[in-house]
Amino acid sequence: MKIRSLALLGAAAIAISAMSAQVQAKTFRYAFQADAQSLDPHGLNETFTLGFLGNVYEGLTGYDAQMNLIPLLATKWETVSPTVWRFHLRKGVKFHDGGTFDADDVIFTWKRATSTESGQKARASLISNIRKIDDYTVEIETAGPVPTLARELAWLYIMDKQWSEKHNATEAAKPASAGRENAWATTHENGTGPFRVVERQPDVKTVMERFEGYWGKPKTNVTKVIFTPISQAATRVAALLSGQIDLAYPVPVQDWNRLNAAPGVKALTGPEARTIFLGMDQARDELTNSSVKGKNPFKDIRVRKAFAHAIDLNAIKRAIMRGASWPSGLMWAPQVNGYNPKMNVPYKYDPALSKKLLAEAGYPDGFTVGMDCPNNRYVNDEKICQAVASMLAKVGIKVDLLAQPKSKYFAKVTASGGYNTPFYLLGWTPGSMDVHNVFVNLIACRDKERNRGKYNIGDYCNKRVDELTDLIAAETDPKKRQAYIDEGAAILKKEYGYIPLHQQPLSWGVREDVSVAQRADNVMDIRNVVVNR
Amino acid sequence: MLLFIARRLAQSVLVMLTVALIAFTLFQYVGDPINNMVDQDTSLAERERIRKQLGLDDPVHVQFWRFVQNAAHGEFGISYRLRKPVAELIAERFPATLELSMISAILALAIGIPMGIYTALNRERWPAKLFMTLSLVGVSLPTFLIGIFLILIFGVQLRWLPTFGRGEVVQLGWWSTGLLTASGLKSLIMPAITLAVFQMTLIVRLVRAEMLEVMRTDYIKFARARGLKERAINFGHALKNTLVPVITIIGLQVGSIIAFAIITESVFQWPGMGLLFVQAISEVDIPVMAAYLMLIALVFVIINLIVDILYVVIDPRLRVQS
Repeated sequence: MKIRSLALLGAAAIAISAMSAQVQAKTFRYAFQADAQSLDPHGLNETFTLGFLGNVYEGLTGYDAQMNLIPLLATKWETVSPTVWRFHLRKGVKFHDGGTFDADDVIFTWKRATSTESGQKARASLISNIRKIDDYTVEIETAGPVPTLARELAWLYIMDKQWSEKHNATEAAKPASAGRENAWATTHENGTGPFRVVERQPDVKTVMERFEGYWGKPKTNVTKVIFTPISQAATRVAALLSGQIDLAYPVPVQDWNRLNAAPGVKALTGPEARTIFLGMDQARDELTNSSVKGKNPFKDIRVRKAFAHAIDLNAIKRAIMRGASWPSGLMWAPQVNGYNPKMNVPYKYDPALSKKLLAEAGYPDGFTVGMDCPNNRYVNDEKICQAVASMLAKVGIKVDLLAQPKSKYFAKVTASGGYNTPFYLLGWTPGSMDVHNVFVNLIACRDKERNRGKYNIGDYCNKRVDELTDLIAAETDPKKRQAYIDEGAAILKKEYGYIPLHQQPLSWGVREDVSVAQRADNVMDIRNVVVNR
Repeated sequence: MLLFIARRLAQSVLVMLTVALIAFTLFQYVGDPINNMVDQDTSLAERERIRKQLGLDDPVHVQFWRFVQNAAHGEFGISYRLRKPVAELIAERFPATLELSMISAILALAIGIPMGIYTALNRERWPAKLFMTLSLVGVSLPTFLIGIFLILIFGVQLRWLPTFGRGEVVQLGWWSTGLLTASGLKSLIMPAITLAVFQMTLIVRLVRAEMLEVMRTDYIKFARARGLKERAINFGHALKNTLVPVITIIGLQVGSIIAFAIITESVFQWPGMGLLFVQAISEVDIPVMAAYLMLIALVFVIINLIVDILYVVIDPRLRVQS
């Protein structure tokens, strides 16, 4: 009797565990066009790598599905003074190896992120000191006021001090010559995130499993993740259509109809926080590639104005972006902190006005100008440039278009190539999701010493806007700060410093039995993935 | 004979150096690797520091000389993109490429030779005409198109075969093989066929042409006159003489199968050296590009060397000249 009931109990237990295993085992398989460059969270500040590692590592703060700032390893924070922030750390958080998270790890992480080979130096150097108040409270000091500090910290992932010391990984690894030093963290991880890496073959496959000791209760029911980089878009789409993966991104905009027509899969699209725009060389006395000699036509505001009004953003949206772009009058997207919808008014399409302005400026028959464009960086980048060229042709401007792969394009138009372009197309997502990043990189006057205007390729320069950049950086009162931002935006618009085109679409392909959140920064956060099968 | 080999070896070194030099000259035009190694917020000073660290600010001839010196020691540097030693990366990827190439080569031979014989012997029958038409299609279709067609039919529509990757692999020491698992074998089918199609059609046409040539020779006529069986004539006399040039060509084609694998590998996301090379190009990963080009050059040099030696062994006239 006793034995029988025990056996029964045993059988029941096995049945229950088998059932629950069936309920629980949810595998999520996804593919991106490239692999994460490294597992080291301070190796490279690149969106995909950091987004991928965000499932494994965590910062003090983070972003939710709607890009709202949320607490992660900090529970709350307050500013003691404009340059001192107090962060209260979460208790009971375990690293994947079982180590405990505390204030020492925060200080260690910051120091590691400032090491010579760190890709997070720009971010970490905002901080001048971190003081430990007790094991779960730290005070972070910044050199000047940094109102966006909590946003920046979302991308500074916390590493375990003991683990890093044990594996000689207390500094970020060098990218090349001596890559064998400090290399442990590039192939191993020990984060606090909901998933831990159990298998990694760079460029081939990464397998993650749910971390049982995770402190939070994320929405996801995924227990196992298989990530595969697939570089060819056609192969990626085929893998999704054949049911071998649950999610693929990015997928070509041209494939949306095909995906939606196929059973069980759909295209997922929404606005990305990336603004695509045109820039004009306003620095040189003579353009590098133009029929106009001895002077720079873009120095004449009437010419810039003529260009801006000759471009039909809605036509680009309709004919090239398949309706999936959001024409913009600002250099930053609605998801970016500091966005004001009232300021977002695109330049009006008015080719007659453009012709008139060109005639007034002394170019009644137009002129020839070179244009640089990437052809594998943004959604339909080369096609947009071709459309711009044909629109400008209608007002008499002959565009000599050079579209090339991103590696060659960036080598030519950015600082390393001496900003060698008269007219170009570029896209920008501020890494901090704050408008100051746009000002300091694109709009402030070029200044190598102060590391400003690095991507201000055409060197648009206005003294007041330059001042405003500093004011926006330091102002902690949101109302005053917004006034500065709006003032800057208005000046830029009035001076036709840039020609914003649109926000480009995110383009994912996903199985219908999987629900995901498509974040505007194109980050795949598995915390938001639910598998319904 | 030894003198001949020594001279050939010296020429091979020269060939390798030339390949390296051409490669390095081209690398000046592939773009800026630093841009792919840093992010948009990285300061210009930091970029310059990395450029210096990698020695990319040195003149081309200095970079070239450094590369040659390191390569002579078997040192190919660290991949900019994957941050691993290049030699290690290539060793990891080599088995995938070699398995794919060898299976394709076997496939091309096993199907191509019988088809070639058949079309030569039965020129007027309709299957022969069909094979010839198909081989024309095979020669003219680009590899990636064949791959995409196969994926669409057998992967997306019928769902018989996996569309990407290598499936489960088994580690035998440093060698990873996909030949021992079911998913590995299934994954191999479509890429192997894609890669084999061109070689196969080439072999069909070659065997057919050679066979027709041989069938017209006097000794075949004489064999017929002796009243030998058709079978003995076709396979005993004709085929044997046909295969000599076919084998030479196939030997040389092995090199190009490995090199052609680039396209097949990127269509099927096959984790071999070709895919590594394609990704290295898009990210300006110079150490990987350099090592791959050198390796392919080495493969061709070795094959040519062997073929040259074989010629000397087979043909006494060459020996007299040397």
